[in-house]
Amino acid sequence: MTSLKMILTGAAIIASTSLAFADERYSPIKDETVLKECGACHMAFQPQMLPKRSWGKIMTTLSDHFGEDASLDDKTTQQITNYLVENAADSGWYSGKMMRGVHDDWTPMRITELPYWIREHKKEVPERAWNDPKVKSKANCTACHRYAKSGNYDDD
Amino acid sequence: MKSILLLTASLLLVTQMASAAPLDDYRAQAKATDPSFSDFSAEKGKAFFLENHTGGKPETPSCTSCHTKDAKAVGQTRAGKAIEPMALSVSPTRYSDKDKLEKWFRRNCNSVLGRECSALEKGNFITFMQTQ
Repeated sequence: MTSLKMILTGAAIIASTSLAFADERYSPIKDETVLKECGACHMAFQPQMLPKRSWGKIMTTLSDHFGEDASLDDKTTQQITNYLVENAADSGWYSGKMMRGVHDDWTPMRITELPYWIREHKKEVPERAWNDPKVKSKANCTACHRYAKSGNYDDD
Repeated sequence: MKSILLLTASLLLVTQMASAAPLDDYRAQAKATDPSFSDFSAEKGKAFFLENHTGGKPETPSCTSCHTKDAKAVGQTRAGKAIEPMALSVSPTRYSDKDKLEKWFRRNCNSVLGRECSALEKGNFITFMQTQ
């Protein structure tokens, strides 16, 4: 085996191992206001799960937030928007798998409508699980992902 | 022993004063709107809590859509998150922070009734929860 081949094989093994062990990890939210306000009605979703334009639209339509008034004062709204946009899926050099199939002219409003999210859940979650009263909503990540709040979705 | 009792009593008093303050504000507002207003009614607060309202968002016709009909029970948001009980006996600090109260009345009255609630409605609501 040439040394180049060895290096490539080694790199491939390292890459596949790290993927297998830390497949679904997102940085936990560090902003207390984001945690408190976004987490009042549902788990505060990690901003890496939606692009900047989605967070922008969500934060300017809070008075009709998926059928509820979730409005906040201007100062708090701005503070939360800044954090979400700074840490959005497309804020870094690498957009990640959540952005797969999300075209530039589409502003997704729900994490659960992203092609990646749909594919991951279709494989493993039967319809009756969504209808369980303890789950109630697809927004209820923690019903199945026990460590979702800390950004760990590996337990599937 | 005496001093401990005194301390406990004064602490209790402070807690009660804190929780009474927002309700006093609503009382003053209600009186300003209607000079014939005498006091809030737990009975009316209960009816308001249980009623199916119109004018709000279709997902939430009533307070009970999320809080359940039992004020002492844990509720559930539409996103599946648990809501601490509304009854003062179970959640003693619920009605003491005016800003927090105003935020949630603003949001939830808009969601359920499609408008802001009056001081009378807010006061009746809290008065009912104090009996629970």
